[in-house]
Amino acid sequence: MKNVGKLFAAGSNERVFRLKARRDAGTDTPVWQAPQFMTCKKCERRATRQVWAKSLYVCPNCGYYHPIGGYYRLSMVLDHGTFRELDPDVEANDRLNFPGYPEKLEAAQRKTGLKEAVVTATGKIAGVPVVVAVLDSRFFMGSMGTAVGEKITRAVEFATAKHLPLIIFSASGGARMQEGIFSLMQMAKTSAAIQRFSQKGGLYISYLTHPTTGGVTASFASLGDITLAEPGALIGFAGPRVIEQTIGEKLPKGFQRSEYLLEHGFVDAVVPRSEMRKTLAQILQLHTEGGKRN
Amino acid sequence: MIKETLQQIDAIDAEIEALHNAVAQQEDGDILPDDAFNPAPDSVSENEAKITELTNRRAALVEGCADLTAEDRVFLARHPKRPRIDEYIDALFTDFFEQRGDRQCREDEAILGGIARYKGVPVTVIGHRKGSTLEENLRFNFGMPGPEGYRKALRLMKQAEKFHRPIITFIDTPGAYPGKEAEERGQGEAIARNLAEMSALTVPVISVVTGEGSSGGALGLGVANHILMLENAVYSVLSPEGFASILWKDSSRSGEACEMMKLTAQDLYQGGIVEEIIPEPLGGAQADHQKLFACLDTALEKHLVQLCRMSPRALAEQRYKKFRQIGR
Repeated sequence: MKNVGKLFAAGSNERVFRLKARRDAGTDTPVWQAPQFMTCKKCERRATRQVWAKSLYVCPNCGYYHPIGGYYRLSMVLDHGTFRELDPDVEANDRLNFPGYPEKLEAAQRKTGLKEAVVTATGKIAGVPVVVAVLDSRFFMGSMGTAVGEKITRAVEFATAKHLPLIIFSASGGARMQEGIFSLMQMAKTSAAIQRFSQKGGLYISYLTHPTTGGVTASFASLGDITLAEPGALIGFAGPRVIEQTIGEKLPKGFQRSEYLLEHGFVDAVVPRSEMRKTLAQILQLHTEGGKRN
Repeated sequence: MIKETLQQIDAIDAEIEALHNAVAQQEDGDILPDDAFNPAPDSVSENEAKITELTNRRAALVEGCADLTAEDRVFLARHPKRPRIDEYIDALFTDFFEQRGDRQCREDEAILGGIARYKGVPVTVIGHRKGSTLEENLRFNFGMPGPEGYRKALRLMKQAEKFHRPIITFIDTPGAYPGKEAEERGQGEAIARNLAEMSALTVPVISVVTGEGSSGGALGLGVANHILMLENAVYSVLSPEGFASILWKDSSRSGEACEMMKLTAQDLYQGGIVEEIIPEPLGGAQADHQKLFACLDTALEKHLVQLCRMSPRALAEQRYKKFRQIGR
C-alpha cells in the first residue's frame, strides 16, 4: 500500500491545487472535447486554450496580457508540492444588507469556484519559503471588501509571525462598493498590518497586475519594498474615465500603464510573465537573511 | 426635502428681518405721525403680531428637521455655510501657526496644517480646506488634495510624533483629486504611505469628520485612535454620485445610493467605526456655529484627556486593534 502514494506526484493537497490551477487556466477537460477557442481582447485573434496556456495567457499574436486566475498564477510561481492554502474559508459578509449583493456573490462563487477575490497561501519559491496572496480580477473585479481585507491581513500577520517574505499580486478595481465604509476601512487595516510587518524587518514584494486601481493602489499595493509590474497593466488611483471627465481632456497614450509608472518612479521593474518566477526567486535569494531577521 | 425646508426658513427669516426693520423705523419716528397712509400705532402692533406668527412657523419648521434621511444629511454635510477648518481652528485653538509645503515638490492648499494650542497644550492640527466662497473653493480645489497634500500632512504628523504633540485632524473632502498630475506624482502611493505611517504613530490621533468624508482621500487623514463625527456628517467609500455611477452607470441616482450606502454618523456609530457623535443644532451646523463648537470642544477635550493617559506603545497598539477588528 505504501507504494501507491508514490504513484502520485504529491499529496492530496497538491492534487487539488493542481486541479484548481487547471480550472483557472481553462485546461481542465477530463474528457475529450472539441478544441475551445479563446479570442484575444485586444487584437481579436483566436487561438485554442492550449496555445494560450502555453504562452502563459499572453496573446501569441499581439502580446496582450490576459488576466489569469489566482490558483493558476500560484501554480506558475510556487515550487511543486509546496502549496498550502491559508484561511480558505473566509467569506464575504453582507454588512450593509445591500440589495442583490448575496445573489451576486453566489453567482461569482459559482462562476469562478472561488470563495472570495483573493487566494492566500504559503509555499516555496526556488526553495525559499514565502507567503503569497493573489487577487483574482474575475471575482467582483478583485475588489476589496471585508473578506479580502481580512485574508490579506491574516496572511501579512502570518508572515510577520513566521518571519517569512511576503508577495502580493494585486489585481483589483479598488474597494468593494457593496460593503461601503467597511471596505474603505480595509485599506487602513491592511496598510497597518504591512507597516508592522515592515517594522519587524519583513520583505514585501508587491507585484502589480492588470488592473490595480482605487483603494488597493492606495493601500497595500503601493507599500512594497520592491514593486514589480506586469507589462501593460493599468495602475493608478483614479480610473482614466474619471480623470478625463474631471480635467476635460484626453489622456496621453500609455497613461497609468506599467511602463509609464516605471518612467515616473513608482515601479522598480516591469517584468514579463515568463520571467516572473525567475525574478521573484532572484529577489528572494538576495534577501534570505533580511527576510528572516528578528 | 431638507433643502426646501431650509429655503422656507430662509424666506421667513428675511420676512421677519424686514418687519423688524419696519417696526424699528416707525418707532424711531422716521415716518411722520400725520401721514394718512401710515397710522403708525396700529401698524406697529400689527407687525409685531405678524412677527410672532412667523416665529412660530419658523420654530415648527425647525422642529421638522429632527428627522432626516441620509440624503438630507448628505445635503447638510455639503452645505456651503457649514463651518470650515479655519473657523474650527479659530474657535477651538489658539496660537495657530500654519506650516506649508511637502518639502519635495509643492504646497497643496487643499490641506491646511500647523501647530496650535488646545487648552494650552501644543497640538498639530491638519485638515481638508474647502474654503467658503467660490474663489476660495477654486483656490483650494474644493478640498480635493493631491499627493503633495498628503505628503505635507505626513510630514507634519511625523514632526508631531518627534515633539510628542497630539494630532487632531478634520476630515471634509469629496475625495482625493483625480487629476493627471496627481496620478503622475503617485496619489495612491501618497495615501497608502499615510495609512501605514499613521497606524504606527506613538502620539494620540483624533479625527473629526466635519462634513463629507469620501474615499481614500478622507481616510488618508483618518487613521486615528478615536474618530468623532458630527451628527450630519457623512463618511463612506465613495461619494454617492460616484457610487451610483459605478454601480448603475447613472450618477443621477445618487439619492437612492445615499440610503443604501449607510454613510451617516448613526450608521457608522452602530458599525463600531466612530467613537462619538457630536450633536448639531437642529437644522444643521450652519444654523448655529457657536453651539456646535461648544459641543465639539467638550467631546474633544474628553477624548484627548483619555488618550493622553496612554503610553506611546499602547496608543499605537490601540489604533492597530481598532482598525484590525473592522470586518473581522
